[in-house]
Amino acid sequence: MTVKELCEKMELSVLTLPDGDREIRGAYCCDLLSWVMGRAKADDVWITIMSNSNIVAVASLADTACILLAEGVELDDNVKAVAEAKGINVLTSEKTAYELASQLSSFLK
Amino acid sequence: MSEPLKFKFDVQGGNFTSAGQASVMVKKNLRQLGLSPEIIRRVSIAMYEGEINMVIHAGGGVAEVVVYEDKVEIILDDNGPGIPNIELAMKEGFSTAPDNIRSLGFGAGMGLPNMKRYTDSMNIETQLGKGTKITMTVNF
Repeated sequence: MTVKELCEKMELSVLTLPDGDREIRGAYCCDLLSWVMGRAKADDVWITIMSNSNIVAVASLADTACILLAEGVELDDNVKAVAEAKGINVLTSEKTAYELASQLSSFLK
Repeated sequence: MSEPLKFKFDVQGGNFTSAGQASVMVKKNLRQLGLSPEIIRRVSIAMYEGEINMVIHAGGGVAEVVVYEDKVEIILDDNGPGIPNIELAMKEGFSTAPDNIRSLGFGAGMGLPNMKRYTDSMNIETQLGKGTKITMTVNF
């Protein structure tokens, strides 16, 4: 499943989508950045409520497929611009991290 | 044998907006060199953790990445306060980061453990009040 397909299936709002054809292979849920870098796998959907500019660097370095912001978290315009420039997909949803992860698990089976 | 390729970066202390720029740049450079995605991921994560440590604790420093035929070496050198107890600092979850840093999502106490996890060797030279030099290698 690609990030673009995920957006449609889960009715996610797109904040940035510079690489919508990126394949998704798993998911990881955490707000501590070093924890994410230590545990998330490449091509994961990363579910978080953090929205500062460092999430863009973490997503880029850990090579996740996209950042999925839970609880209706939005990005500042400058963070959005950095994500766009670095080719990082960022999506958002009103749902909680738990709801998103549980919904996502049915698509990843 | 060809000359090893060197990348050198000045890391600014206390600047969390630009933190990670050197690591992202290294990632880009290594990709252009055609290294495997897993090697690139390991090098850039280890370097990012070190870079963040220098930004949080040491008031900045210098990061150097050297690409050899069979390995990548990452050298992080700072003039910060030094690490009083390396064994403790290497424990997952141990952190001395202040609350304002934690609110950004850092300070999980995973920096040094992640650096060790993602590299094949890691050497820490530290002197209290003088600084810390960390040398890591990732073998191909």
